[in-house]
Amino acid sequence: MIDIRKVNFTYMSKTPFEKTALREISFSVNEGDFLAIAGHTGSGKSTLIQIIAGLIDLTEGVVEIDGAPVAEKDAHRRIGIVFQYPEYQLFEETVEKDIAFGPRNFGLAENEIAARVDESMKLVGLSAELKNSSPFELSGGQKRRVAIAGILALKPKYLILDEPTAGLDPKARNNLLAEIKKLHRAGVTIIFVSHSMEDIARLANRVIVLAQGKILFDGTPRTLFSQSEILKQAGLMPPPVTQLMQELRRAGLNVGAEVITLDEAEREIFNIGSKRKKEQTL
Amino acid sequence: MIMEIIRVENLKHVYQTAAGDKLALDDINLTVDAGEFVAIIGTNGSGKSTLAKHFNALLKPTAGKIFVENLDTADEKNLWQVRSNVGMVFQNPDNEIVAAIVEDDIAFGPENLGIEPQEIRRRVDLALETVNMTDYKKFSPGKLSGGQKQRIAIAGAVAMRTKIIVFDEPTAMLDPQGRREVLGTIKKLHAQGLTIILITHFMEEAAAANRVVVMESGRIIKIGTPQEIFSDVAEIKRLGLDVPVAVEIAERLRRKGLRLPKNILTAAELADALKGI
Repeated sequence: MIDIRKVNFTYMSKTPFEKTALREISFSVNEGDFLAIAGHTGSGKSTLIQIIAGLIDLTEGVVEIDGAPVAEKDAHRRIGIVFQYPEYQLFEETVEKDIAFGPRNFGLAENEIAARVDESMKLVGLSAELKNSSPFELSGGQKRRVAIAGILALKPKYLILDEPTAGLDPKARNNLLAEIKKLHRAGVTIIFVSHSMEDIARLANRVIVLAQGKILFDGTPRTLFSQSEILKQAGLMPPPVTQLMQELRRAGLNVGAEVITLDEAEREIFNIGSKRKKEQTL
Repeated sequence: MIMEIIRVENLKHVYQTAAGDKLALDDINLTVDAGEFVAIIGTNGSGKSTLAKHFNALLKPTAGKIFVENLDTADEKNLWQVRSNVGMVFQNPDNEIVAAIVEDDIAFGPENLGIEPQEIRRRVDLALETVNMTDYKKFSPGKLSGGQKQRIAIAGAVAMRTKIIVFDEPTAMLDPQGRREVLGTIKKLHAQGLTIILITHFMEEAAAANRVVVMESGRIIKIGTPQEIFSDVAEIKRLGLDVPVAVEIAERLRRKGLRLPKNILTAAELADALKGI
């Protein structure tokens, strides 16, 4: 479990430039959670994930990973973090070397490193043939997988991803989301920051919304997307399919507006369609 | 009369890399009319951004030609004129902002043209108004949201009085609100008569265009209205792309046997069709 208690954080504290990024943040992430963090630019998302991963020193409050302070090596090593556009951080000559970089720094034995490279490539759906390719020759989606594999090779129990699908085309995005889902099923607790409400609706079992450094909402995506006041306050919008259903309602069609996936929308509209037909034939 | 503003003829682009030559664009032919809004879609690596960089001569054709207002972009002496006709807005606004104050940033381009200070003032104010950022003119760009920064970058092009603005995934890094602001600004510029070329992975944005160009492996494989392009859902998906949500739902309902007309693109059209059942 990740336990975050009463965290406050201010950048450039006690200077004319000081900016409060997080206020009174308290929540826990349970093992097996698939947690999304949403909020508009500047709401504190990136600061929060860096604090959880132990990359920013805490000045106020507590972050504990499975009971130990995040500053301890054993604690923060349980957390993997994949930054935005992680493919820009690739640097090695081959895919294999790039993925092996982290485990090698952890001082693991060579055979263990090799095994972890194979395993992480498989986990993100990269074919083993790519091992000796230069990471720079790969497509955008593949590069991103290499970067993620490099983090998975450290075997994190908790994986944090910052905007994992930003800039990917629809297919690469769907594939990557499927891989992340697979990781979750394999037992990795996932925390992801996203601007895509569609991704959040599809994947997360829980979403935390930040606004001005505070937690504005903590609950299921479905509940969130039905609360237009909170969405407005946070500068967010429901996923496109929910917006579509809301428009259909406004146009006078009697469809439920709590729909958050395409499958649900299809069922809902089909039902009213066939209802109307029945009424007509009666 | 409709005037052609961009003409691409048999354009080819080859990148020379350590690993050998890479054909990025292969025999591209395209014309864009003045005042048109054209969206370009395609998977990563299909050549969209390479094509975008040809529109204002950031790249030169390996073979073939591009004409912007009848000026050959490969001709050195046209460079200045071509670039003052075509503004570019890229994915990451942080890479595009140069000044410490919003209005200084917008004035940067016109200042470099050696324009009179009063005229610059007028242009900056007008550009700020166009992108709806007048209240922020004295702000530091660092204090703005992604959508606001991107609108400042757009204002920079507006202040240059460019006739064409090429947007290369301008909303990829933005939150939903920022995305809506930027798309709204793009539509407004189009309504004011600017020619818009928009590269995007968001199909809802492509649906707002007059025409959609579909690229695959360096080639244009389809050009048509959004209705035409998105009517073949299976083909669009085969290409690794997606369709707007109203198109997707309509297609699923058709497969379940509801008799819906073809060419449904928006929620309003779907609503009308459903009411007719």
